[in-house]
Amino acid sequence: MLILMAIAAGVLFAAGIFMILRRSMVKVLVGILLLGYAANLLLFNAAPLMRGAPPLIDPVMGIPAEYADPVPQALILTAIVISFGVTAFAVVLIRRVYAVTGTGDLDNMHCTDIPCESEEILSDLEDEII
Amino acid sequence: MIIYPILIPLIFAIITVFFWENQRVKRALSIISTGLLMIVNINIFFVVYREGIQVVQVGDWPAPFGISLVVDLFSAIMLLTTSIVAFLLAIYSFSGIDLARRKYGYFPLFQFLLMGVNGSLCTGDLFNLYVWFEVMLMSSFVLIALGGERTQIEGAVKYVILNLLASTLFLSAIGLTYNLAGTLNMADLALRLQAVQTSGQVTVIAVLFLVAFGIKSAIFPLFFWLPASYHTPPVTITALFSALLTKVGMYSLIRFFTLLFPFESEYTHTIILISAGFTMLTGVLGAASQTDIRRLLSFHIISQIGYIFMGLGLFTEYAVAASIYFLVHIILAKTALFLSAGMVESIQGSFDLKKLGGLYKNRVGLSMLFLLPALSVAGLPPFSGFFAKLGLIIAGLESKQYFIIGLALVVSLMTLFSMTKVWNEAYWKPPKDPQYADQQKPVSVWRWVPSITIVVFSLLLGLLANPIFEVCQLAAAQLMDPTQYISAVLGLVR
Repeated sequence: MLILMAIAAGVLFAAGIFMILRRSMVKVLVGILLLGYAANLLLFNAAPLMRGAPPLIDPVMGIPAEYADPVPQALILTAIVISFGVTAFAVVLIRRVYAVTGTGDLDNMHCTDIPCESEEILSDLEDEII
Repeated sequence: MIIYPILIPLIFAIITVFFWENQRVKRALSIISTGLLMIVNINIFFVVYREGIQVVQVGDWPAPFGISLVVDLFSAIMLLTTSIVAFLLAIYSFSGIDLARRKYGYFPLFQFLLMGVNGSLCTGDLFNLYVWFEVMLMSSFVLIALGGERTQIEGAVKYVILNLLASTLFLSAIGLTYNLAGTLNMADLALRLQAVQTSGQVTVIAVLFLVAFGIKSAIFPLFFWLPASYHTPPVTITALFSALLTKVGMYSLIRFFTLLFPFESEYTHTIILISAGFTMLTGVLGAASQTDIRRLLSFHIISQIGYIFMGLGLFTEYAVAASIYFLVHIILAKTALFLSAGMVESIQGSFDLKKLGGLYKNRVGLSMLFLLPALSVAGLPPFSGFFAKLGLIIAGLESKQYFIIGLALVVSLMTLFSMTKVWNEAYWKPPKDPQYADQQKPVSVWRWVPSITIVVFSLLLGLLANPIFEVCQLAAAQLMDPTQYISAVLGLVR
C-alpha cells in the first residue's frame, strides 16, 4: 500500500512539474494544483498507514501496540484549506491578467522586464468588486 | 506576552475592515496598531535580553504536542527591527499609497502581512511556520496585485507562481521531516534529528528546506522572480516587501541551519557558501545594468541577501553574529533607500535615471536622505554597512575562506559603483528636461518624517556599532548553542 501511495505521489509531482513548465497560464495553475495534491499525499504517508487501529489512547490502558497517528490528517486538512484559498486567489488573478493583457501566454508577459505603455486602469477597479 | 505581536495586527486588521469607507479612521488605526506593536516589541526585546528565551505553550498543551511560541534574542532583534520599519512605513503610506489603493484594503492587508511576519518570527513549530508563511504570502499576493496596472499584474503572476511552488516544497519537506522524526516541534525535532542515524535522509530534507526558503529569500539561482516583480507595485509596498518578506525567509534559513541541521555542515554549508557568492555577484551585476532606480535597488536586495547568506555559510559564532547585524543594517538602510526613491519620484514623476537630474542643486536635504544610506549599503565607514561587512570578513579570515572574502570585497566595490551611478544621474547631472531644473514641488510631511527617522536609525546603528554588535553576538551564541533553545521549550533540566 505504501509503495502504491509513494508511486502515486511521485506521478503527481512529475505531472505537476510538467504542467508548470507549460506556457499557458491555466496549465501552470493546474500544475500548481497537482503539486499541491502531491505534497498532501506525501504528508498523508508521513505516518504509517494503519487499518482499524484507534487514533485515541486510553489513559487507563496506556499506549497500545498499534495506533493510528492523527497528526498528518490534521496537517493535510489545514494544507487543503490554505491551498483552497490560494487557488481561489490565483484563479481571480489569472482572469484579471487575461482581462488586462489580453493573453494567456506567459511568454508574452514581458512588461516587467521591458517597459511597455503603462496602462492606468485603476478606474476600472472602482466598478468591480475585488 | 509574546503572543501580542501576533494579536495586535490581527485585532486591528479586523477593526480596520469595519471602517472600510472612513480614510481618517483607517489611518489612525494603522498608526496606533504599528505604534503599539513597536512598544510591545521593545518591551519583548528587553525582557528577552535580561531574562533569556521566552516561551508560550499555546492552549497550555505541553511542549512537543502543542504549538510553542518561542522568542529568543535573534527573534527579538528581528521583531524589533521589523516593527520599527512597519511603523515608519505606515506613516509613509499616507502619502506613498494613492487613494484608490487605500480604499481597496491596503491598510488591513498591511496588518495581516505584519501578523504573518510576526507569527513566523515567533513560532517554534514547523507546521505553524508554514501557516504563518501562507498568511504572509496571501497578504503580499494581494498587495502586489492591488491597483491592477499591467506591469503590476504581470509581476504578480510571476511572484505568485514561484512562491506557491516554494510553499509546496516547504510542505513536502515538512511531510518528510514528520516521517523521519515524528514531531514538528522545532526544539524536539532538533533533539530527534541528532539521534537519527540515516544522515542521508536528513541531508535531503535540509536541502529541500534550503530550496523552499531559498526561493522565498531570493538566493542564487532561485531569485529570478524578485527583479521581475518587486519593482512593479508602489514604492512603499516594495519597501515593505524588501524589509520584511525576503528577510523572514533569511531568518528561517538561519534558524533552520543553526537549530535543526547544524551537523552535516560540510555538505550543506558548502552549498550555502557557493550560492552566497553567486547571489552577491549576480545581484550586483544585475543592478549595474539597470537604469530604473526601483529595479536597481531590487537587484541590490539580492546582492545583500548574499552577504547574510555568506555569514550562515561560514558558520562560526562570529559570522552568524555578523549576519544578524547585517540583517538589521540592511532592513533599515534598504528601506531608507526605497523611501528616498519614492520622494524623488514624487518630485520628478519618474524612476528612470535618464529622465532624472539636478536634485542635489535644489534639494540638498533630500539628496542626503539618499546619499547616507547608499554609502552605508556600499560599506563605507562610519556607516553600519562597514561594520556589518567588517564582521563578515573577519569571520571569513578566521575560517580561512579567502575566496569568498575577495568576492565580498569586489562586490562591495561594485555596489559603490552602482550607488555612484544613481548619485551622478539623479542628483548631480543637470536634468535633461529643463522644466525640472527649478521645480520646487513640495514633498508631503508624511514622507519626510519617516524617511528622516529611518536614516537616523540607520546612522545610529553605525555609530553604536559596538554595543549593538555585542547584542548580536549574544544572539548568535544562543543560536550556535541550541541546548538553550531546546531546554527553554521542552523545560528540560540541563
